[in-house]
Amino acid sequence: MRRLPDRGRVDHDQRVAFSWDGRAVEGLRGDTLASALLASGVLVLGSSVLMSRPRGIVGDGVTDPHAFAQVGAGDRTEPLMRMHEVEAHDGLVAESRLHQGILPTGPDPDRFEKRHAHADVVVAGAGPAGLAAALAAAEQGARVILADDHPQLGGSLLGEELLLDDRPAHEWARHVEDALRAHPDVLVLPRTTVVNVGDQGAVALVERVSEHVAPEHRHGRALRRLWQVRTRELVVATGATERSLVFADNDRPGVMLAGGVRGLLHRYGLVPERCVVFTANDSAYRTAIDLVGAGVEVPCVVDVRPDPTGPLAERARALGIAVRAASAVIGTDGDAEGALAGVRVVALDGGAEEVVACDVLAVSGGWDPLMDLHHHVGGRARWDAERLCFVPDGTVPGVHLAGSAAGVFGTEACRRDGHLVGLVAAEATGHGSAADGPDAPAARDAAEAPPADFVVTPGTDPVHAFVDQHRDVTIAGVERALGSGIRHVEHLKRYTLVGTGTEQGRTAKVNAGRMAADRFALPFAEVGVSNARPPAQPVTFGALAGRALGERFDPVRTTSIHPWHVAHGAVFEDVGQWKRPWYFPQAGEDMDAAVLRECRAVREGVGMMDASTLGKIDVKGADAGEFLDRLYTGVMSTLKPGRARYGVMCKADGMVMDDGVVLRLAEDRFLATTTTGGAAGVLDWMEDFLQTEWPDLDVWLTSVTEQWATVAIVGPKAREVMAALAPQLDVRQDAFKFMQLEEAVVAGIEARVARISFSGELAFEISVPMTWGLALWEAVFAAGQPFGITPYGTESMHVLRAEKGYFIVGQETDGTVTPLDLGLDWMVADKEFVGRRSLRRSDMLRDDRKQLVGILPAERLPEGAQLVDDADFEIPVPMIGHVTSSYDSAALGRPFGLALVRRGRDRIGETIYAPLQHGTVAVEIVDPVLFDQEGARRDG
Amino acid sequence: MFQIRCPYCGPRDEPEFKYGGQAHVAYPADPEALSDEEWARFLFFRDNSKGRYAERWNHAAGCRRWFNVVRDTGTHELVGSYRVGEQPEAAR
Repeated sequence: MRRLPDRGRVDHDQRVAFSWDGRAVEGLRGDTLASALLASGVLVLGSSVLMSRPRGIVGDGVTDPHAFAQVGAGDRTEPLMRMHEVEAHDGLVAESRLHQGILPTGPDPDRFEKRHAHADVVVAGAGPAGLAAALAAAEQGARVILADDHPQLGGSLLGEELLLDDRPAHEWARHVEDALRAHPDVLVLPRTTVVNVGDQGAVALVERVSEHVAPEHRHGRALRRLWQVRTRELVVATGATERSLVFADNDRPGVMLAGGVRGLLHRYGLVPERCVVFTANDSAYRTAIDLVGAGVEVPCVVDVRPDPTGPLAERARALGIAVRAASAVIGTDGDAEGALAGVRVVALDGGAEEVVACDVLAVSGGWDPLMDLHHHVGGRARWDAERLCFVPDGTVPGVHLAGSAAGVFGTEACRRDGHLVGLVAAEATGHGSAADGPDAPAARDAAEAPPADFVVTPGTDPVHAFVDQHRDVTIAGVERALGSGIRHVEHLKRYTLVGTGTEQGRTAKVNAGRMAADRFALPFAEVGVSNARPPAQPVTFGALAGRALGERFDPVRTTSIHPWHVAHGAVFEDVGQWKRPWYFPQAGEDMDAAVLRECRAVREGVGMMDASTLGKIDVKGADAGEFLDRLYTGVMSTLKPGRARYGVMCKADGMVMDDGVVLRLAEDRFLATTTTGGAAGVLDWMEDFLQTEWPDLDVWLTSVTEQWATVAIVGPKAREVMAALAPQLDVRQDAFKFMQLEEAVVAGIEARVARISFSGELAFEISVPMTWGLALWEAVFAAGQPFGITPYGTESMHVLRAEKGYFIVGQETDGTVTPLDLGLDWMVADKEFVGRRSLRRSDMLRDDRKQLVGILPAERLPEGAQLVDDADFEIPVPMIGHVTSSYDSAALGRPFGLALVRRGRDRIGETIYAPLQHGTVAVEIVDPVLFDQEGARRDG
Repeated sequence: MFQIRCPYCGPRDEPEFKYGGQAHVAYPADPEALSDEEWARFLFFRDNSKGRYAERWNHAAGCRRWFNVVRDTGTHELVGSYRVGEQPEAAR
């Protein structure tokens, strides 16, 4: 196409240089990638997705089946960018990739942001209706957010040559924009698309903040920003999109939409050399009139209607444009590149084809209100047989449609409709009265002649006539689908892919639906079109993620001792959101070696570990004991102050939910500890029962997990270390028994000390306020030096407890394991507790339930390994259980593990088998307690 | 994303809340008196109806209070919220 030096809203004096497919291209400031390429003579963008046919730019806005490109260099590259939205700028790098883009492989160098906002009225679209709606609502006092895809407000007013109040329409748009920007309660967001409407006015907008400038000019600004707005009312003023007509070779570069051709002229000053117009309605006459006004040759307007006599047709005729009534384009001819060279025109009542030479064919099959946002909230549409388009069928509360999105056509009519809708939306938010509001501007649009109900040129070649150019679906393809028995448009969509892909059938799906209706002689109103689903436009994942990436993806919780762990080379394990030391490797040690050393130190000398992450819930009140009795399988109310007891709790279905030691701090106060990962869930569970089942109980719950740091000193020499740290504390067995709690000054810090053991060894757990955790840890480490104290991590803790047959929630249990399955019969008291009734459901009483046992395999097994009865088996073979824990034991000098095995407790001493990839391993079933079965070590 | 009215804090966005299933399903007062089937009905059976549905929500990232919401499962309309101990008629 050719650029006129005095037309368009581009800056003819400001050139921009960018790269297209590796070669240097120039454009003007104000160009999009699409318009700059057209001005540079790039007609063919690439080839189509299935048939490899040349394709070019078709429109000037959101409606374009082919104008998608790969944009950005290196890790900034993005696929399938809309070429009518990509603003031409110095340094822009783009390449031709219409249908299949490439994804960057490295992290995104750009930043994405999120903002939250509240509004009374959000207006989507700043054409005549949206601008009028925003202004009317704002003048009534409503808080308004106005968003529009384009850098400039005005919508269709920028792409047409129109008058409003006898002034150029774009001047009115500028005037309204100035008025809106002067309002303190109005936020104007250009380059912003409303992509989704959710429940109760939750609206998502994507703002293109800095992608219209080269990366070096972004100066730290985000590339895009996701706005999550809670609005009371939404006005959808997204306009209408033009659909094409179906005839052979209608996909040639140069075959464009008539509105797009006007837009290219008025926005960018781009014109063809010779343009034929093909239409079923009046609007395309504007294209002919405007082009002739710009000095372009328009040999004819081909109109399918028998007698086009509307005012626009008359104006065209007055300008000397030939109007060929009752005619249609039946095919096109191409040049060597495949671009349009001429069109073949036939009279609909028969006669010979006539070839008319042209480089652009401007087509209009009609206009479809763009109601995606209305559909997102369940809004319906109905076929309007007069306007020949879908129009809204009622509205959803809180979501209004205005202007051509509502099926109102005509610029002044859209402005008037927008004004009225803006008043109604404002009134719904308590601002002003629509009835007494300012008068609506008049709508004096010239009447248009009725459009024709026309989709396919009769007699055209069905194999090369495209219904959906984006997905390469032809008449033949649609016919094949319909011939195979498909009757529903949703099936048609899935069978042919019509209406799918990046373009989502904006130019195609109404035509496809009408072809289906014709084929089955059904009223189109019954056939309809396929659904529009959110988002209204593709959204990059980066915009959804915002800054929640890397370490901000999920909160990281660390104890106050964490810096010491880091400084001493700990390898960390994620437990819930906590970072816990997994093991502390010394020089040259791998994980197995480190764990064996740590375990040996605990069993033979003394070890220390950071137990601060265990969940801690302060349970206070006169009924605290009763409350805990109702939740734990055991009895807590009989616990004496200063004593501790191990407890298990079940879900209502009787399955083990969590476990931990409960300490009684005072008559009316307990400290319930939970697993690290289960802390939040247990607190929620307790709150639920307290608030909804037993609100009469005098109990208060507080999470104190992060208030206390806990250091465990574990091993035969723990008592010596404890004594050195707390000289005033009587640590002798008679004075300080297992499951006893003492308050003491430890290393100069006021502390709680408890005799709790998760390893079977003599152990002291010292708890201090979290801020003192590191000081305590360092003091323990120093005091333990004479005894070779060894810090150990979660892996050694797991090995040590497994040697004692202690289960871990989530490792031995998976929501299908009861306390009885774990052999905890002694923990299940004869009193009511949550889940107790489930323990005698018939399934719980089966004698072949899986039970917790110890295993001694011939080699260390992978956790999760399945267990079978026979070494020689044929598939399928019954699985009788699985390995839940598996380690090498320093104390046992061999691999061992825990497993859940059917009737396991009755089978102790038997051999079963673990089929692995490299062979079948014999596994001896043993008692789960493999070390210190008499429990002699816990008192040192 | 819902905007849910916490009866104690006012309207807040859905991510602050945790869902708790059907409302007005009390933990049986005397579970031991129930047959296996009656107990299973309490454990595993819930309504799955179209229309107005009373359900439990917890303002987990706020006041941590449990309350009830009447929601229309057909339209996603949140009819109203009410406190524990009140009946659905109190929803507002």
